Amino acid sequence: MRITVNVNGEDHTREVEARHLLVRFLRDDLELTGTHWGCDTSNCGTCVVLMDGEPVKSCTVLAAMAEGHETRTVEGLADGDRLDPVQQGFIEEHGLQCGFCTPGMMLSGRALLDRNPDPSEDEVREAISGQLCRCTGYLNIVKAIRWAAAHESAGREEAGSQA
Amino acid sequence: MQVPASFEYQRAQSVEEALELLGRFGEEARVLAGGHSLLPMMKLRLAGPEVLVDINDLTELDHIDETGGELRVGALTRHRTLLESPLVGRHFPIIHDAERVIADPPVRNRGTIGGSLCQADPSEDLSAVCAALHAVAVIRGADGERGVAMADFHRGPYETAVGAGEMLTEVRFPVRPGSGSAYEKLERKAGDWAVAAAGVALCLEDGRMTHVGVGLAAVGAGGLHAEAVQELLEGREPSPELFEEAGRVASASCSPVTDSRGPADYKRHLAGELTKRALRRAVARAAAPAAAVKEG
Repeated sequence: MRITVNVNGEDHTREVEARHLLVRFLRDDLELTGTHWGCDTSNCGTCVVLMDGEPVKSCTVLAAMAEGHETRTVEGLADGDRLDPVQQGFIEEHGLQCGFCTPGMMLSGRALLDRNPDPSEDEVREAISGQLCRCTGYLNIVKAIRWAAAHESAGREEAGSQA
Repeated sequence: MQVPASFEYQRAQSVEEALELLGRFGEEARVLAGGHSLLPMMKLRLAGPEVLVDINDLTELDHIDETGGELRVGALTRHRTLLESPLVGRHFPIIHDAERVIADPPVRNRGTIGGSLCQADPSEDLSAVCAALHAVAVIRGADGERGVAMADFHRGPYETAVGAGEMLTEVRFPVRPGSGSAYEKLERKAGDWAVAAAGVALCLEDGRMTHVGVGLAAVGAGGLHAEAVQELLEGREPSPELFEEAGRVASASCSPVTDSRGPADYKRHLAGELTKRALRRAVARAAAPAAAVKEG
């Protein structure tokens, strides 16, 4: 079947089998390998991407189901050379070691901050609770997302004071 | 790499079209909603439908309305929507109790109430919740729709009253004054299936418990509707002694099996203990609905 899926603001049309999973479509067809592929059973959450702004596990979504929706992957986080504050937060707070869970973690962090600009530590932990990290013990991931929240909040205040 | 076997994909644009497709393909077709139960089962070849009818575009099935003494929840309503609905929390704190511990946020963004009920897994939380709340499932087919009480909806593990060519469109919950409800679940790790779980819903009328519903999850298919516990409690005044007795009856009336989540005798113990805890909280919430809202 022929599908057109919008990924990071761009339409991609491909001929796929109905059983083709979104994670394979992103990695194999579009060569967007920033979306990682882990357990394949919707447990580990490394394949998390945003569909219409909300985190979903792309191993358990058919590529065909993504048609008509906006999919955002880690490749769509940065604005040109300018990193998203969540990405910057992962650098500042050492939010990764092996990096396998990182793309999904950053996307869940982005989605959380878009809905809740000042989340508590518990709210950050809840937001990433469907994703496994085997390196950092989560502490630095939580710090990284909260770094981004503080950074964005400071940016808004600065913009406000200038206005 | 896990991939489902080949199938034909149809994306319905209306309930009528979905029913037409389901009618045309009969037993070979399955409804695809959130897909978080069906697709994993297809990957494991535990399910092998030849046609999937995707209903995710049917926004008319994604609603929560209070009307005529009922809360009507569309079958395509996502777990997350239920969890974030103040209306649901006000009338049925049991649903919020359960939704907080169903899987995890990305899964709750996709999974639906209709999918949960139609999967009919004896360990599934919303099935026990809907059983406790005496919900009514609205099933639509080519000849119109019918309401089926939860006790008749689940026919056994992975079997429901939804026939070939039919689909679940709505779940209706009776809204009653003086009601209270609670769900207690023990899980090995956050987001896991229950080791065991118990849901209790009731009303307090002149100090007596009425409309009592008790649903158990993960303790055998027969546990979903704990009728013996309901009958014991109906019309009685709450008391610690009665709660103890209810726990004993819940333990005796279920049929758990030993598996990776625990031995059968432990689960049987849990069925009793969790029933008591849910009962205490449901009664407390019915007695002080304002406090329950604050807590929920």
